[in-house]
Amino acid sequence: MYTTEMSKNPARPAAPSEAPELVAAFEARVANDEFIEPKDWMPEAYRKTLVRQISQHAHSEVVGMLPEGNWISRAPSLRRKAVLLAKVQDEGGHGLYLYSAAETLGTSRDQMIEALHTGKAKYSTIFNYPTLTWADIGAIGWLVDGAAIMNQVPLQRTSYGPYARAMVRVCKEESFHQRQGFEITMKLAAGTPEQKAMAQDALNRWWWPSIMMFGPPDDNSPNTAQSVRWRIKRETNDELRQKFVDVTVPQAEAIGLTVPDPDLKWNEERGHYDYGAIDWDEFWAVVKGEGPVAKERVKARIDAWEKGAWVREAALAHAAKQASRRQKEAANG
Amino acid sequence: MTIPTLTSKDAHFDYVLRLGDDALILAQRLGEWCGHAPALETDLSLANIALDLIGQATMFLGYAGELEGKGNDADKLAFHRDVNQFRNCLLVEQPNGDFGRTIARQYIFSTWQYLLYQQLARSTDPRLAEIAAKALKETTYHAELAAEWVVRLGDGTAESHERVKDGFEWCWRFVDELFSVQPLDPSIVTSGVAVDTATLRAAFDSALATTFAEATLPLPKFPRPVLGGRKGHHSEHLGHLLSDMQFLPRAYPDAVW
Ligand SMILES: [Fe+2]
Ligand SMILES: [Fe+2]
Repeated sequence: MYTTEMSKNPARPAAPSEAPELVAAFEARVANDEFIEPKDWMPEAYRKTLVRQISQHAHSEVVGMLPEGNWISRAPSLRRKAVLLAKVQDEGGHGLYLYSAAETLGTSRDQMIEALHTGKAKYSTIFNYPTLTWADIGAIGWLVDGAAIMNQVPLQRTSYGPYARAMVRVCKEESFHQRQGFEITMKLAAGTPEQKAMAQDALNRWWWPSIMMFGPPDDNSPNTAQSVRWRIKRETNDELRQKFVDVTVPQAEAIGLTVPDPDLKWNEERGHYDYGAIDWDEFWAVVKGEGPVAKERVKARIDAWEKGAWVREAALAHAAKQASRRQKEAANG
Repeated sequence: MTIPTLTSKDAHFDYVLRLGDDALILAQRLGEWCGHAPALETDLSLANIALDLIGQATMFLGYAGELEGKGNDADKLAFHRDVNQFRNCLLVEQPNGDFGRTIARQYIFSTWQYLLYQQLARSTDPRLAEIAAKALKETTYHAELAAEWVVRLGDGTAESHERVKDGFEWCWRFVDELFSVQPLDPSIVTSGVAVDTATLRAAFDSALATTFAEATLPLPKFPRPVLGGRKGHHSEHLGHLLSDMQFLPRAYPDAVW
């Protein structure tokens, strides 16, 4: 997921220097479902975990622009082109809100971007897979945005106020994206035999990476307990994954596509779908940066940043010149 | 609907195609920036302009298809014409280059398009008048945004000054084409359907002088113009742009997307 804990060294609960009464008061407020605001006292570990989670979420939005951006120039109709461009633009907007939310915790956007470029900060593993056909644009909206919604709806009630409020705006748009993606896939599935094959092939390639997005299973997810206690996370990886599978499988069936999992079947007793074993070696390899197009994604971000440096410098220089001109005018006037 | 003029149908179609193709091809170029711009904010601004232009292209090409009367809709015209059937100006098909060149191209185009739509909003063809009036507000914003960036880059650093200057150097030869009408049939102008763009030149030059003064950029000596876009004689760049843009509908001609 955009916010899955990918660090092997989870933050420690409380630093020894932190006053126990402050920690206790903080824990009580969080347990009481109050929002923590930027000026409020918070444990260092909470701050660090949040910066890591929110910045990783922001990076996921921004890196996520690349696989879909790959098809803007080739969208097959004017309407599809406009909808896709608007969607990718929304993701950029999500990145902006999230960087701003993370900045309220005392880390600058430039620092976060630097961490992305050096590989210190992670982003969702899903964006390290390539978009090979137009059907991938449908699959991403349907599955990836669909999974993002599962994860982000509970985050609207997360304990950190600026993050929760950013999530409210983001979630509205993600549901649009999910419907648009499903609509693309539905149209393909009902189209020519080649189009239907394209849609099935995209589902085959995106299904497993999509359900991996929710992160490692709960028994191997060291931070989940603390994050749930801090209301940074509100449901566990496996709970969210199950929800996603339960919602998505009937959608695939409705449009005549087959989920590529021979072990998938409805479990009457549990009231859920059972699904096959997930290849966690693949997941951890992609987390480590070994995804099929990980190098391309990071390089594209670094190139954009470096090639744009002179533009950002010019904007700052012009703003500074203007400010000093205004000062002079004020002094003379 | 009846067209209140005696202009030939072909000339009318051709004129509306020009308007649609300008918007479409520039939108396609701007879309290439998506995810790769110098900062998130600029990424969003360029995508905004591209989105507005796709909207304009859809309206103009849809109308062009009606005028043509062969059952072609906007998508058919966008995705199933070959390079020599496109009627856009050469400026919009120019590759993005760096951000300086993209801004130079945008400044020239949007400033011109703003002046054009102001007049076109009074066209004797009510359909064109309506589209232009609708698009005028967003085009005003595009022209302002581009002008702000020309000033920022011109006035910013020595490097940005040089780069935006180079960007304009690339574009100057395509400016005259914007102001030469060369219609298939002169009556399309005299009847008040089309705008005589030559009349917009003075206002364009004066806008340029104002922006360039603020940007501390030297006014250009315009080089010998390169023309041809309006009659389908394009640069080498357009064919590649189209082969990319048109790939899917051409590879799967029976498909609906
Ligand atoms: Fe998003
Ligand atoms: Fe989204």
